[in-house]
Formats: sequence, structure tokens, C-alpha cells
Amino acid sequence: MSKGVVKGLNGNMATVEFDGFVSMNEVAYIVTSEGDRLKSEIIRVRGNACQVQVFEITRGVRVGDQVEFTGELLSAQLGPGLLGQIYDGLQNPLPELAEKVGFFLKRGVYLDQLPSQKRWDFAPSVKAGDSVEAGDAIGTVPEGPFQHKIMVPFGVQGAYKVKSIKSSGTYTVNEAIAEIESENGDVMPLFLSFNWPIKRAVTCYAERLKPKDPMVTKLRIIDAFLPVAKGGTFCTPGPFGAGKTVLQQMISRNADVDVVIIAACGERAGEVVETLKEFPELTDPRTGKSLMERTIIIANTSSMPVASREASVYTAVTMAEYYRQMGLHVLLLADSTSRWAQAMREMSSRLEEIPGEEAFPAYLESTIAAFYERAGLVKLKNGKLGSVTIGGSVSPAGGNFEEPVTQATLKVVGCFLGLSRERSDARKYPAIQPIDSWSKYTGIIDPVKMEFARTILNRGIEVDQMMKVVGEEGTSNDDYLLYLKEEFLDSVYLQQNGFDPFDASVSPERQAHVFEIILSILASQLKFDDKNAARSWFAQIRQRCLDWNGTEWDSAEFKKLETDIIASLKERQTGEYLQGAPVLKGER
Amino acid sequence: MTKVYNRIESISGNVISVRASGVKYEDLAEIKTRFGSSLAQVIKLDGDMVSLQVFSSGRGVTTNDEVRFLGHPMEVSFSENLLGRIFDGSGDPRDNGPKLTENMVEIGGPSFNPAKRIVPKQMMRTGIPMIDLFNTLVMSQKIPIFSISGEPYNQLLARIAMQAKADVIILGGMGLKYDDYLYFKETLEEGGALSRTSMFIHTASDPVVECLMVPDMSLAVAEQFALKGKDVLVLLTDMTNFADAMKEIAITQEQVPSNRGYPGDLYSQLASRYEKAVDIEGTDFGSITILAVTTMPGGDVTHPVPDNTGYITEGQFYLRGGRIEPFGSLSRLKQQVNGTTRKDHRVLMDSLIKLYASYKDSLEKKSMGFTMSEWDEKLLKYGRLFEEQMMDLSVNISLEDALDNGWKILAACFSPEETGIRSDLLKEFWP
Repeated sequence: MSKGVVKGLNGNMATVEFDGFVSMNEVAYIVTSEGDRLKSEIIRVRGNACQVQVFEITRGVRVGDQVEFTGELLSAQLGPGLLGQIYDGLQNPLPELAEKVGFFLKRGVYLDQLPSQKRWDFAPSVKAGDSVEAGDAIGTVPEGPFQHKIMVPFGVQGAYKVKSIKSSGTYTVNEAIAEIESENGDVMPLFLSFNWPIKRAVTCYAERLKPKDPMVTKLRIIDAFLPVAKGGTFCTPGPFGAGKTVLQQMISRNADVDVVIIAACGERAGEVVETLKEFPELTDPRTGKSLMERTIIIANTSSMPVASREASVYTAVTMAEYYRQMGLHVLLLADSTSRWAQAMREMSSRLEEIPGEEAFPAYLESTIAAFYERAGLVKLKNGKLGSVTIGGSVSPAGGNFEEPVTQATLKVVGCFLGLSRERSDARKYPAIQPIDSWSKYTGIIDPVKMEFARTILNRGIEVDQMMKVVGEEGTSNDDYLLYLKEEFLDSVYLQQNGFDPFDASVSPERQAHVFEIILSILASQLKFDDKNAARSWFAQIRQRCLDWNGTEWDSAEFKKLETDIIASLKERQTGEYLQGAPVLKGER
Repeated sequence: MTKVYNRIESISGNVISVRASGVKYEDLAEIKTRFGSSLAQVIKLDGDMVSLQVFSSGRGVTTNDEVRFLGHPMEVSFSENLLGRIFDGSGDPRDNGPKLTENMVEIGGPSFNPAKRIVPKQMMRTGIPMIDLFNTLVMSQKIPIFSISGEPYNQLLARIAMQAKADVIILGGMGLKYDDYLYFKETLEEGGALSRTSMFIHTASDPVVECLMVPDMSLAVAEQFALKGKDVLVLLTDMTNFADAMKEIAITQEQVPSNRGYPGDLYSQLASRYEKAVDIEGTDFGSITILAVTTMPGGDVTHPVPDNTGYITEGQFYLRGGRIEPFGSLSRLKQQVNGTTRKDHRVLMDSLIKLYASYKDSLEKKSMGFTMSEWDEKLLKYGRLFEEQMMDLSVNISLEDALDNGWKILAACFSPEETGIRSDLLKEFWP
């Protein structure tokens, strides 16, 4: 391998003079005078000097310190044992690190990425003589709730034949379990795990499909109004205190996917701790096992080195793609992509690149786009479907969505869930702004009905604005009813009580069922003597619906409240419907 | 490394460069100028050219001044002897006590392993009802006081320093007016809190580089106390001055500014300080709580400093009109502790604030000349009592007394059912 010598240092960027060959994004280690080995990555090559970003604190590095190049790109180790782990941005397991070096993160300590001693129960699924190519399964090991597929490394090019394969038995990740041979006789050993460069997307699938099935989050405002599809992308920008992290935590808990990967990128360590301590206690309703068994946490919190923050989202998405290749649905939550973009900005400024808007590098947009494009629904070569859904939170400066990171993100995502300080101050949770947000996916509700509900929402808000000018007296009764309906829809359907055991997560069946009833209230012409009567009727029906939300699905109490609500509506219906109202179940 | 260099190649602002070899990044050097000696820190290495940031500024540095590398990064002495003492941003005594050189520890050390953190569960009592009752401070919390210049934020910090139930108080002053420094010193001395306090003070007239050292030194010392089992409260004032010092230095170093002249790494720089707040697992260990004043230039919360701070910290206190504002102020961790203090705590917290909000509405009506109903009159009375007995910063009572007092105020103004409080609690607590 090539060797080098440190020639200069500025923050976490070192200039290294090298002999021989180096490649872009290759990993190098700077060896300090104290003997620490600092992992770094080549980010620019000029003549016989290259610039490396150092993933560790660079204090104490000298000009003249030796540099060892590895010849390998920055990679993640993929194999059984990833689930349930807590890693830093470079896939260093944090609990093991704490055991080894104590409370503080000691630099230059790199532990086994996957447990090297653990023996896995391997069952082969191919035999000698079978032909295989990149991404094909050669066997399985049980991992948590899944049969973890052992695959031919994604980087293998061309057709291979299985030369030999071990029989069923227990093996560690570092034991060779098979050998494959190419057409020209090159033999390659296979292990339970392999490395993959994190900045390259995995592409060994048959084709990419258009995401269509909704990824249920059990949050009404998302599933019904602003749906996210499996294999789609969404972003949640919002000012501080609007509840971005809480929203991500709720989604990570409830999403109907097989694997959840949480990339805590440059955010508070305290929030990661909450997830860390809570998830092992919670059960996944899909498998009955601990929620932690389907989760991987990549924690590169705000005080950890900036360069590895940049790497952390790639580490996370690589793991997501790996599990997708097994035919699983994976959700990646990145909190927050703004911190990731800021890490790019810091590096770009050290490289003395010409800055773009707000000093972000000119390649900000294309980098963000390339990251979100790693999401997708794919058909694998064996015909199975797998998906990676990416949800990124964005922390715009001053809560202003006009800034570059939010704008670059909005260009590429399929769903925009904008959080507003106004709604969170009014304690309307989840504080997603229903009017400005949008989604290009289809949710669990018939789009025609949804469109009608949305119209009521829009018109009600218009009336509300108008009333601020002309007062209640100057508003027609019909308009006033629209306003009341909008308020009603907002408080009983869009808002959700996260502390209520039943309302905190609502199944799609219940969401659809409740929506029908709400819609019949929205669509009906209602008769009232005056505005006061209308207001008090809506206050009453709202209270009932909130109580209804707080009951168990399909319980006797649920049904009783439903009957009450319908009866109360019947008293007020004129039998006519608003213009444009969709046909309702069991009506007309 | 005792080699002495006496050829300075360039001087620009606070940054000088010399040709030297074998110098470690972030090491200290001592430079002897005609005004005495000063520390300097290595901030860039480029071949054999070493750039150093001179603490006492580049003013008056001569090209043949003597530069001697010390072979270690910035350190601060740690021992019990720190308590009761006052230092400057270089770690030199500001009082007349001896210079401390024993047990030197590095400042700006590595980050705490997230896997070793615990969910905080202990309340930090301050004796200030607006904090204890409404936005409880939790041990290991990091929270700023957002304030407009001119508000009595330093008075508030001094009160907290005297009243808070912390084992050790570390006060870090950045860009303090000299008067404010004297105020802190006198108040803590008179209040008898100086013996459990150490102060790192950079005043507005001190060299700007020293301002940058204050949070790191304060937090390095706090970390050592916490590892020794102490619950430490770190008070920092004013973080906006710290950010401005960073801005000044970044711009003289020709860094590309990102937002209103602040460097692109403002968030990371602030976060690496605030994230030092921690509750260390195990009974042998203590905790670090950070309360930091952040003045908002022009009262604008979207200014880069308060904005980035808000994304980092766990809530914020707004200081407005000499009071901690009940609206907008938020302790994100209060839910972790206020369920176990006293069973009327949460309910009373919500009810008192709701009524205070109604009082504000009535007040507005009154100022617009509307007639006051009987209910409005009740609210007006309530608002007055609430402001006097709860919001006034000079009130120093325990949480329990504050809760009892809350009930008394309610009883003095309303009938039980007007408060909207659950009847079982009314039965138990209504005076």
C-alpha cells in the first residue's frame, strides 16, 4: 500500500504527500506521535499531494507524521449482527467502545463492526456448480425476526459458479463459507459478511419501480392527508421546538416496515438516549419481539467529529440498501440533514472551494438529490420486492424554508411535511402544516374523498382569514359553517394526542372508518337557527369525537359513541349535500 | 521542545506565523513581546510554516520576538483549590491568589459516549418559582436564557448561583462589562456562595482570543468535578459574545462566512460546548447542567446565535421586562421530573398559566377601554398577585412553598370550580 507524510493541517483537514497511487475516497490512517491511528478519507488529489478529511479530533498531529493508505474506499461491513446495534458514523459500535475505553470517546479506537465471536446458524441455499452473480443469496442465517440472506458481494462483476459451499452449521462472520469461481478461473472466498463502499449506491436489482403502497405511520395527518409511500422519500423541515424529532420518533416506532434505521446526525445526544432506552422495552406489533431487534441506530451527535457526521448518513443508507436486497422494506430516518449539509459546508470551506448560497458548496443540491435517490422500491432479481424509504428532517436557519438545504430537499422528495411553530405553539400536534405541505403519493383514503376534505380545509381557512377582517357578523352562515367544519376536521382528525394510549397510534382501518363519518359531517348541509347554535353543536360533536378517538377500536364504547355521533348528525342534516361532495358509504 | 524561534514571518490580526518543525496541532507557545509574555495556540500547519493565534492579540508583536513552543495543548489546573478562585481566559488568576499549576487537564476534550448517557431524572432546584414550578430545570439539562441587552440576565444568573442546589458552580464570563464582573464577585461573596464557585472571567477589555477559551475551561473543570461525584452547574454569560469572538477570528483568518458573517461551523462549535452537559451513570459520579445567557441582537430570535442555540439546547427561558416570560419559555426535560415532585405540580402549572393567559386578555380589553366584567376583575386581581408573588425574580421559595402559594393565590381570587382543576385535587389542596 502507498505511504505518505503529513505536510499541513487545518482543522480536520490534512494535506498529505504520498508515494505511489491513491484513489479518491480511499481510507488512510494518520499515525500520531502518541501512536493514535486517525481514520481519514481522501477528498482531493493534486499532484503527489492529497487532502484528507480526518474523522477524529486532530489535536497533536504534526507535520511529518506518517500516513498509511489502505487502498480501500470508506466502507461499511455488511452481514448478520447489524440489527439492534448502536454505531457511530463510521460503524464503530458505541456500547462496546464504552466498555473498552470508558465514558469518553477515545479517538483512534476502531472495534469490530460486527461481533466477530458470535456464531451464526448458516443454512446454504445453493450447491456446488450453481451459477451465481452479485446480490444472489447463497444461504441464510436467522437474525432477530428475519432469515438474514447471505449474498454474493454486490461488487462482484460477471457470472460465477459455486465451487464449494459449507454445509449447515455455525460459523462466525470471518470464516469462509463458500468459494466461487469466475469463467476465467479466478476463485473468490465468500464470508457471512462483506464490505461495501458507503458512497456508492447498491444497484444489483432487476428494476426500479414506482412507489405506490403507502407506508403506514399510524398518524392520521400523514396516512390520510400527506401519505408516504414505501420506497418514497419525505422531508420534515421545521424551526426548533416544532417537534421534528418527536415526529421522527413516532414514525420510527409505528411505521409498518421490516427494518428501521435511525441516523442521528449532528443532533442532541439526549434524544438518541431516549430511543436507546425506550426501544428495547417496546414490542413490535408485527413480530411480537422487541422494537430494538428491527432497529439500527447510527448516532453521530452534534459534539462528535464533523467529518464522520458527513459519513454517517451514507453508512445508514448503505445498511438500508443491504436489508432491501433481502426483499425487506426498510425505513431510514435522518435527523437532521441540515447538520449533514453543514458538515459538507465546513469541509468545503477548508478546501477553499468557491462558496455558493449561504456558503454551502455548489454541489449541495446534487449531493442531496443523490442521497434521496438511494431510496426506492425495487424488484430484485428473484422477483421479490424490497424498498428503502428515506425521511429526512431539515433544520432551516430561523425556521425559514427559503434557505438552500430546504429548497434543495424539496426538489427531490415525494412528500413535504412542513412543521410550523404556529401550530406547535398552539399545541396542535403533530405540528404539520396541512395546507403548505404536499405529497405526491396516494394514501389509504380514496383520493376523490380526500380532495373534498382538503377543499373544506382550504375554504374554511379562507373564511377564518376573512372573518378577522369583517368579523363574525359580516360572514354568511354558509361560510361560517365551512369555518366550523375546518376547525372540526383539524381538531379531531389532523391532530392526534400522542399521550393517549389509543389515539397515539391509529390503525389504517380505523383511520378510514373514522374518516367516512367525519366526511359525512363535512359533506352534509346542516341546519342551524343561528351561528351560536352551530358553534355549540360543533363544540359538542368535537368533544364526542375526541372521546371517540380515545376509545379502543371496535370496543362497545367505540360503537356507542359512533352511534351517538351519527344520531346527532342525523338531527341536523337537511338531506342535501355540499356541491362537489363525494358519494359516501351507505348514503344517497 | 525547548527550541526558541525568533523570526516571525507574518503578523495578521491575532495570527502570527513562524517556521518551525515538529510542532503539534493545537499546541501552545509562549511569545515574549515588549508588553510581556502571552500564550499562543497553533491553529494551522502548512509545511514548516506554523500559524499561531496570540491570546493577547498581535498588536505590538515584533518580527524578532521570541516564540517558545510548550509542547502541550491548552490546559487548566484542576483541584479543590479552584473553588473560591477567579481566573482569566488564559487560566491566570484574576484575584490575588497564587497561580495554580498542579494536576493540569486538557480543555476541549473528547465527547461523551452517547451509549453511556442516561435519561435524566433529577430536578435542579433554584428557588425561583418561574423555573422550579413552571419550567423545571433538570440536572444535565442545557438551556439558554434568551434575553435582550439591558435585561437583568446577570442578576438572574447571580441569583441562581446563590440559590441553586448544586454542589459546585462554575461561572464563565465572556465579554463581561467590568462592572458586571465586580457585581458577580461581590454578590457571590456577600451571599456566601463564593466558596463553592470558581469563575473564569473574560471582560470586554481583555483580548478576544481569551474569550474563546472561557467555555472550554469552565466545562473542562466542570467535567472533572462531575467525575468526582459533584453535581455541577455551569453558568455562561454571554454566549453571543463568544460567537462574536469566533466570528471576529474567523474573518481575520479569511474564512468564508456563512450567515451574517458567522463561520459555517457556528452550530458545531456551540454544540460541542453545550453537549458537555451530562448526567453520568453511577452513584460515584455527578452531573453537569448548563445555563447560558444568549443575548438576542435586536430582540430577534432568528438571529444565527439564538437560532442555532435553540436547535442545540433543551428548551429556553425568555427574559423579558425583568421577568421570566411564562409564554415561550420551555424546559423540554420538565416532564421527566415534574410527575414525581408533588401530585398537584403538573395540574397547578397548567392551570396557573392558563389563567394568566386569560388575565393578559382581560388586560388588553381594559387597555382598549372595554368595561370589565366581574370575571375580568377577578382575573386582574389574580394577574397582579401572580406577578408579585410568582414572577418577581426576587422571590426565593422552595417548590413546595411555591405550590402552596399558587393555591393561596387561586383561593384569594376565584371560587374552586372557576379554576378548572380536577375535583379530587381541589378537595385535597384548596386552602
